[in-house]
Amino acid sequence: MIAYSKEHPIKEQRDEQRLFQHRAGVAFIVIVVSMLALLGRYVWLQVFAHENFATRSESNRVSIRPVEPNRGLIYDRRGRVIAENRPTYRLEIVPEKVEDIEALLDELSELIALSEYDRKSFAKSRRHFREFDSVPVKFNLSEQEVARFSVNRHRFDGADVVPYLSRYYPYGELLTHVIGYVGRLDAADIARTDAGNYRGTRMIGKIGIERFQETKLHGTSGFERVETNASGRVLRVLERQDAVPGTDLVLSIDVAVQQAAWDALGEWPGAVVAIDPLDGSVIALVSKPGYDPNMFAHGISQQAYNKILDAPGRPLFNRALQGGYMPGSTIKPFIGLAGLELGVVTAQTRVFSNGTFYIEGYDRPYRDWKESGHGWVTIGSALEQSVNTYFYQLAMDLGIDRIHDYLAQFGFGSATGIDVPGESKGLLPSREWKRKIQDEPWYPGETVIAGIGQGFNLVTPLQLANAVATLVNGGNRYAPRLLYATKQAGDERSQRVRAPLVLQVSKKDPQNWQVVLEGMDRVVNGRRGTARVIAVDSRYRVAGKTGTAQVYQLGTAEKYEASEVAQDLRDHALFVAFAPVESPRIAIAVVVEHGGAGSRVAAPVARATLDAWLDQEIEQKPEREIEQGSGP
Amino acid sequence: MKRFLPAWLGLPRLDPVLLALLVLIIVFGLVVLYSASGHDTAMVYRQAVRLGVGLLVMLVISQVPPHILRIWTPWLYGIGVIILLATWILGVGRGTQRWLDLGIVRFQPSELMKLAVPMMVAWYLHPRVLPPAWKAVVFALGILLLPTLLIVRQPDLGTALLVAASGVFTLYLAGLRWRTLLGFAGVAAAAAPILWLVMQEYQRDRIRTFLNPEADPLGDGWNIIQSKIAVGSGGITGKGWLNGTQSHLEFIPERHTDFILAVLSEEFGLLGVTLLMLVYLLLIARGLHIASIARDTSSRLLAGSLSLTLFVYVLVNGGMVAGVLPVVGIPLPLISYGGTSAVTLLAGFGILMSIYSHRKFIK
Repeated sequence: MIAYSKEHPIKEQRDEQRLFQHRAGVAFIVIVVSMLALLGRYVWLQVFAHENFATRSESNRVSIRPVEPNRGLIYDRRGRVIAENRPTYRLEIVPEKVEDIEALLDELSELIALSEYDRKSFAKSRRHFREFDSVPVKFNLSEQEVARFSVNRHRFDGADVVPYLSRYYPYGELLTHVIGYVGRLDAADIARTDAGNYRGTRMIGKIGIERFQETKLHGTSGFERVETNASGRVLRVLERQDAVPGTDLVLSIDVAVQQAAWDALGEWPGAVVAIDPLDGSVIALVSKPGYDPNMFAHGISQQAYNKILDAPGRPLFNRALQGGYMPGSTIKPFIGLAGLELGVVTAQTRVFSNGTFYIEGYDRPYRDWKESGHGWVTIGSALEQSVNTYFYQLAMDLGIDRIHDYLAQFGFGSATGIDVPGESKGLLPSREWKRKIQDEPWYPGETVIAGIGQGFNLVTPLQLANAVATLVNGGNRYAPRLLYATKQAGDERSQRVRAPLVLQVSKKDPQNWQVVLEGMDRVVNGRRGTARVIAVDSRYRVAGKTGTAQVYQLGTAEKYEASEVAQDLRDHALFVAFAPVESPRIAIAVVVEHGGAGSRVAAPVARATLDAWLDQEIEQKPEREIEQGSGP
Repeated sequence: MKRFLPAWLGLPRLDPVLLALLVLIIVFGLVVLYSASGHDTAMVYRQAVRLGVGLLVMLVISQVPPHILRIWTPWLYGIGVIILLATWILGVGRGTQRWLDLGIVRFQPSELMKLAVPMMVAWYLHPRVLPPAWKAVVFALGILLLPTLLIVRQPDLGTALLVAASGVFTLYLAGLRWRTLLGFAGVAAAAAPILWLVMQEYQRDRIRTFLNPEADPLGDGWNIIQSKIAVGSGGITGKGWLNGTQSHLEFIPERHTDFILAVLSEEFGLLGVTLLMLVYLLLIARGLHIASIARDTSSRLLAGSLSLTLFVYVLVNGGMVAGVLPVVGIPLPLISYGGTSAVTLLAGFGILMSIYSHRKFIK
């Protein structure tokens, strides 16, 4: 240790003080300069860069939370609610507030049934949430579950039952193939929607009207500006812009008619499409079997989905829009009209039916359904009795190209333009089509069978119904509409939606049309009509045409015996109709898969459907008249 | 009146100027702390108690004449070094060994060295002719380097920096040649890479983050970025007391301790910062004034060194909050929440007051 030492030179306090003051002065100048420099930095931050930092501070603090709009309701033509939003409850857990989640779930499962699937999907969705977020555990709780939980709520800190609106389809499978359903947004949905408007949306229309009218039904999402802290927890709402609810839709479907068609089909798989020929609005669109759309609205498990997918009769398949059936004899009125209008035949032209038809130079027979033949027939009786021979000859005389071009006007071979997604175009064959697609020449025999709607020809029930509607309203082909009217939230009156006119079928002589319609009238009301059964006890006059679509191609020598053919190879039964004959208010197409001959199974389905519509139409609006001049 | 009473019963020996400035800062500090803690009165109360204890310590020390303090100096320094060694040896294997638990009080021995080192260097230079001869410089360097290295080992870079600075300032004020000083600076610069190797990983991260905070804005860069946002968004007049969103919504980490200046800047703006800097500058100026009128070498050097050290606190903390200096654990003097540094600082002001009030009594 150093101690005081007497040997040290004398210290000059005065000099030392001067030295110190010099040093201290220098230091103080350095300090002042440094402090000014530091302050300069604060000036830069707080004055010059202030705006930038103020913005960043604000965006730190405030976040925007979307508010989901209420989805528009859907009504049928008579004002019945067919898609609604029902207040439901879901169970949610805030993981942050719970010490042992597994134990909590165990305890909760005493009150609320929690399947292994629920627990798994909770564990999965938890990862997408933050610890203080409320994570859904189970949707669509039953009333009992909600009640049991409410009584015991004090036992479950961090768990709660939360109300929300879920989509509900009161008519279940009856309308699935029309309305479709909503489901959870997936990546593909996000790609096709306006991300900004869907930030708060959980469900989106997946198929049917729900999908096609998504933009109307969805509404405009609102937002909340909320203040959050650094960990993202919401502290308070600063500003709220309410969501604009989606537009309510009125569909042209009449649930009573739909139900009648559905019931009439019974256990048969098939489709019924009914259109109002005056405005192209769709009155019924049935595809059977159906499935319950409500399963999808709560998020369907893979297992349940697979079950529907594999169910017999393929319920997911929309037969009315997508089913391609050979039209069979239901095509005959159109072939006949083509013949009349193109001058190939007249109403008086007679053809002798002896049961078999041969193309000149070939020895392959083309048969009538009546082995002995029908004798001398004109177009009227040919339609009444569905005489193949007449139409074989007519088809040959027309040629496939003229058949194609004329029938195309009625919408065969092209999409009808209905306002739901997914319809198929069917197939209207032509020489050119065959060369292009099949790379083969057209054979005369193919023209012959095209005359009776066999061969390559494929139509959807919707196309067929729309073609009939076009035929009976004098040639106005509409793109059929399911949407009848819209009603914006807050509006008193609804806005009528009209089906667009696709084209006006060329018309040479209205008399020709009349001849065809009279022929169809004879099918039901004629002495030898093939569908006389449905005229019984009718309050109005029906016209129609039966049809049988081959599923299994017979050899030329074979004779079709229904009892010998397996059920799934039996012919499809078809029937088209319109009524009342004097001023048609409904055009209908019925397909009963493997139903055999059209008259037996399909025609009564049509009758039931027509009754459901016309009984109330006649009572309600007896004075309604056809606006288009040249109808029957 | 003083004449009729013994000195210890008379008015306490204080510097009213220093006292006024200190009270100003302390009150301002408590006001800011109330906001920074999120209206936590308990926390403000605890800090007020600590500052009260610190003021008491200051009051006591200020009554002790400088020559008595000088006599205690080697003991204080010796005990401090021994405790540091003890914590080093006893704390082998443990991460941070800054605290020594004395049962009743948890005590940070490195804090003591902030006072003991300048006192010891001043004590050592006291009898010598100034400017000091090179042998004396080397010896004085030894006095300051021994505890500094022990503190670096702890590791506590901030305190080590302050301890080393206080020693170097003493030497500088003693008239150390500019040449030698520049030499120190050169050696320090050369030692930087070595220091890098000695540093703990988290300390290196802090330096890296300082150099480029945006590289990891949610991780290590968070502190610096959020602190700058707080300061910048405060603007000229600030968002107002208790209205700082950056602090109240918990975006600023360490908002009541090392980063409390960010809260102050956010809520009181440039005006608040300028006012605070001005008060600090006045404190430093007053300290240097006291030093320059002191009558003996050790008092002069010690008072000067303590004043200059205060500046280091302010500069490093202020620079850190403004994002111009790396994050080292140096608090904002008398404002950051925490007991030990406040007590040490106030004890230092006690020494200054002692020197001031005893300037006329030359031993």
